[in-house]
Amino acid sequence: MTESAQRQREPQILPAGAQAPDFALSATPNQTLRLSELRGRPVILVFYPADWSPVCGDQVALYNEILSEFREYGAEILGISVDGVWCHAAFSHDRNLHFPLLADFEPKGAVARAYGAYRAEDGTSERALFVIDADGIIRWSYCSPIAVNPGADGILSALESLPRKSAPAKTESIRAEAAEARP
Amino acid sequence: MTDSQLTPPASASDHAEGPEDAPVTLVEYGDYECPYCGMAQPVVKRAQRELGSQLRFVFRNFPLAEAHPHARTAAEAAEAAGAQGKFWEMHDTLFEHQDALAVEHLIGYAKSLGLDVEQFSRDLEAGTYGKRVRDDFRSGVRSGVNGTPTFFFNGERYDGSWANQESFIRALHDAAQHSHQGMHLAGDA
Repeated sequence: MTESAQRQREPQILPAGAQAPDFALSATPNQTLRLSELRGRPVILVFYPADWSPVCGDQVALYNEILSEFREYGAEILGISVDGVWCHAAFSHDRNLHFPLLADFEPKGAVARAYGAYRAEDGTSERALFVIDADGIIRWSYCSPIAVNPGADGILSALESLPRKSAPAKTESIRAEAAEARP
Repeated sequence: MTDSQLTPPASASDHAEGPEDAPVTLVEYGDYECPYCGMAQPVVKRAQRELGSQLRFVFRNFPLAEAHPHARTAAEAAEAAGAQGKFWEMHDTLFEHQDALAVEHLIGYAKSLGLDVEQFSRDLEAGTYGKRVRDDFRSGVRSGVNGTPTFFFNGERYDGSWANQESFIRALHDAAQHSHQGMHLAGDA
């Protein structure tokens, strides 16, 4: 196997410890979201190949159900695929999603490429997960086989192991209050 | 993830069919409104018939309520029936009527199962078993459930197919055999 063929088979996504590349992508037809605007709290980036495909549907449905658990860590979750804003809008409406889907549409897949999560042979992103801390550093990343829904346990373990200081002040103060309230 | 382990393990607080010391414990995380869980139901039944006392089956709730508007109430209905000693009767009924899971239907099923309907309705209205359902769901998330149904064989997530009944049942037989061998080894030591 040539070196390039091997590279194709084993995607090199950005590892823990790397700075998360900043980006600005459309979240709705008239709203743009910039990653660095979320500095100060953990961010979960979910790259997935396409809206509407069965496995992605399960994956986003699962994350949609457990938003409250992610938010216990003060974390924001963002889905990213190369689909356009109108496609995302329809998919999001159909699945009743309560977190943003970002359109990595033009130039196509540029953000996925920056994270090492682009599948040039398919023209889509990988099924890759990143947990980014409050300072914009990747603390955990995982690339799942394209047909396997990676679930949420890895994300939750990563959030759990983030240093306390990166939890946002609001969550910290709620926790402190709860601790004080205990007899 | 690849090393997903059931947390917490099956215990007396679960709804279980089959002997506690059976060599295989099959745990399903399921959703009464999920069509795939409905399709998996006869597969589980067949496994129970074929493995007999070799198998303990445990069901835990994993309602994908954003996708399935009746799933959570249906799960609470099974729990409410369970409180009156008829969990499995309600469980089977719900899977047989996946397209009729509105509250009035649930109450109808409670009636035909001979439950105390007033108590049952009060439990649904008050969300008496909401926490139990939520706890099941959280344990599933922690255990690596990635959709419904997700199965665990002796605590390990089964990533093979259940739609292929033969291979599913063969895998259960294999798990039973491994478990027996494990016991012999432990006995020899």
